[in-house]
Amino acid sequence: MSTTTITPAPEPASGSAVRPRKLSRRATGADAVFAHGARAVGASVLVITGGVGVFLAWQAHPTLQRYGWSFFTESEWQPDQDVIGIAAVLVGTISVALVAMVFAFPTSVLMALYISEYAPARIKSSLVSLIDLMAAVPSIVYGLWGFFLVMPHAAELALWLHKNLGWIPVFDVRGSDPDAAVWDTTRYVASAFCAGIAVAMMVMPMACAVMRQVFSQTPPGEKEAALALGATRWGMITAVVLPFGRGGIIGGTMLGLGRALGETIAVVLIISPAFEIKPNILEVGTSTVSALIAGRFGEASPAQLSALLAAGFVLFLITLVINTGAAVIVNRSRSGAGVD
Amino acid sequence: MPNRSGGALVSETAPSPTTYRPLYDEDAPPAVPRGALGKPTPDQRFARIGSWVAGLGLAWLVTQRLLPLEGLPWFLIAWFVLGTAVTAVTAAMSGGLVEVKDQVAESVVTGAALVVVSAVVSTVVFVAMRGWRPLTNLNFVTSDMSGVGPKDSFDKGGILHAIVGSGIELGIALAITLPLGIGTAVFMTEVGGRLARVVRTVVEAMTALPSIVAGLFIYTVFIVALGQPRSGLAASLAIAVMMLPIIARAADVVLRVVPGGLREASLALGASRWRTVWHVVLPTARPGLATAVILGVARGVGETSPVLLTSGAAAFLVANPTDGAMNSLPLFIYTTVRSGEPTAITRAFAAATVLLVLVLALFVTARLLARQRTGPSRFRKGRS
Repeated sequence: MSTTTITPAPEPASGSAVRPRKLSRRATGADAVFAHGARAVGASVLVITGGVGVFLAWQAHPTLQRYGWSFFTESEWQPDQDVIGIAAVLVGTISVALVAMVFAFPTSVLMALYISEYAPARIKSSLVSLIDLMAAVPSIVYGLWGFFLVMPHAAELALWLHKNLGWIPVFDVRGSDPDAAVWDTTRYVASAFCAGIAVAMMVMPMACAVMRQVFSQTPPGEKEAALALGATRWGMITAVVLPFGRGGIIGGTMLGLGRALGETIAVVLIISPAFEIKPNILEVGTSTVSALIAGRFGEASPAQLSALLAAGFVLFLITLVINTGAAVIVNRSRSGAGVD
Repeated sequence: MPNRSGGALVSETAPSPTTYRPLYDEDAPPAVPRGALGKPTPDQRFARIGSWVAGLGLAWLVTQRLLPLEGLPWFLIAWFVLGTAVTAVTAAMSGGLVEVKDQVAESVVTGAALVVVSAVVSTVVFVAMRGWRPLTNLNFVTSDMSGVGPKDSFDKGGILHAIVGSGIELGIALAITLPLGIGTAVFMTEVGGRLARVVRTVVEAMTALPSIVAGLFIYTVFIVALGQPRSGLAASLAIAVMMLPIIARAADVVLRVVPGGLREASLALGASRWRTVWHVVLPTARPGLATAVILGVARGVGETSPVLLTSGAAAFLVANPTDGAMNSLPLFIYTTVRSGEPTAITRAFAAATVLLVLVLALFVTARLLARQRTGPSRFRKGRS
């Protein structure tokens, strides 16, 4: 939007030719103060927020220089023996996030479809509020829920998966016999699987909110055209709503994934830390980057703090790439057309 | 006013040029109700309900009599699977594959929605059920935990220090982020320019910052490098670093949807840009801004990881944010649960209930503020 302040030009001297008066676009008086003040606020926020990113990169630099590529390939985190690497925690972070998405993706798509297409008009707005409220519930509460209520049941589910699908490496639990008369509960709790369920509760509402918004922007004319041509409701959804909302589905999922990667406190509550690269998501023990930071910052020396900051920086870069990708996909898709 | 005296539409004498409105006929039979287009017919409704009842019976048979599947979860899963199957069969009796797909999809979508709703309800109910006992003692919200051991009974000790700590930390964080966040949003939408684009890009990027990294940043800069003690102030700064991009971005979205026509009308009437922002743009966006800020606060009050690194957990009431360790609600919950003592865990659940109520209150306030837009306005008073 272009705004102008018109400064009246001085009166032309009598007798001279009529000329168009000059228009100035420069802000004057209080407006100049306002524009400069707003610019100063914007610049200071730029310095603060950008400063965090730059500071992280600057702090991470010595660690990355010292350990080089082994920082990404080493799985142990033993600063006393000068062995530091984030391979295990990165794998753990990704496996927790993937488990969370396995639960959160179908439920959020189906919930968004229910709200936008199936729900009776009376309960639609309450359901929207419920999803927003779910996003506002603190993560520590989901941590308590996951640790005390879900984990015993999740362990049973893990045992069942191990028993029936144990030949797939992902569902294998080492050191436990699934057919034993008394099953060893301790091998099945505090795993990436259990943590992923709690994290799923956190990312589901975020993903669902994005998808619902995109689904609700489907042109009603196209939906009515599909129904008028004789499509069933599901036919209309597959032919119109889902293709239209594809960008929203991908973008919402990626936003949720970005949040799942950075989640700390619920994961710290549930997992028992273990520094090992393993695909066995049902087995006890794993670690994530944020859990590593939460567990090790207290006793860290400045050099170790720099290593932790490097791990945090890597996590930040991953979430940044995922979030930016999500924003680009949501904006580029047809769903975003005509929406500010 | 309709002409009530004209009973007959056609007068017997000379045709009059007056036209009469038809009157409501008291004796007429009631209007035939229109068939609702979208609603299922009684047959369809019977088939649907009947299928689920049949599924219930089959599920009982399968889980209780045929297969060794004990427990409520298996029963519910069996009910869902068998009910969907019976629905599919009844749909196949009257239609083809298309109808079967439609019916199965509907039950799967509805089932998923029920799962989500029950998960939310289970979270709230579970936390409240585990934590209601300490809440019945008033001292739980009026005293702190100084001198109270983890095994002490619930009539001793409380979470006043955590509530006060959360309030102070949030207050300071809000005092920092509110002017900066909304000022940035005003800059991005109302002033614009190349710098605004850079600011918007950076702010959007920083919303991806994991909260624990924000805490680690303040810990490194404020506590390790500057040598300050762990305090409420450090926690406030960590929360502010985390909240600033969130609030700035949300406020930016709200300000961008203020209709451009309003701004142009104000400018056309001769208002300066500053006056336009202060008297037109910000008042128009006020409910949206309030919602954005309150949801940001709800996010900030529940974040544990920044305060875990920066504030340190005190067991007593601290009112001065620069005076050493200060507790807050999420940190209290975390440290108390970690102690492993059953009494302490119950206390933590009670504190979690308080935190949930707090977030719920903030959320409802945000909703009410967002809805106020249609309320009575002073500009409408003089009319009709």
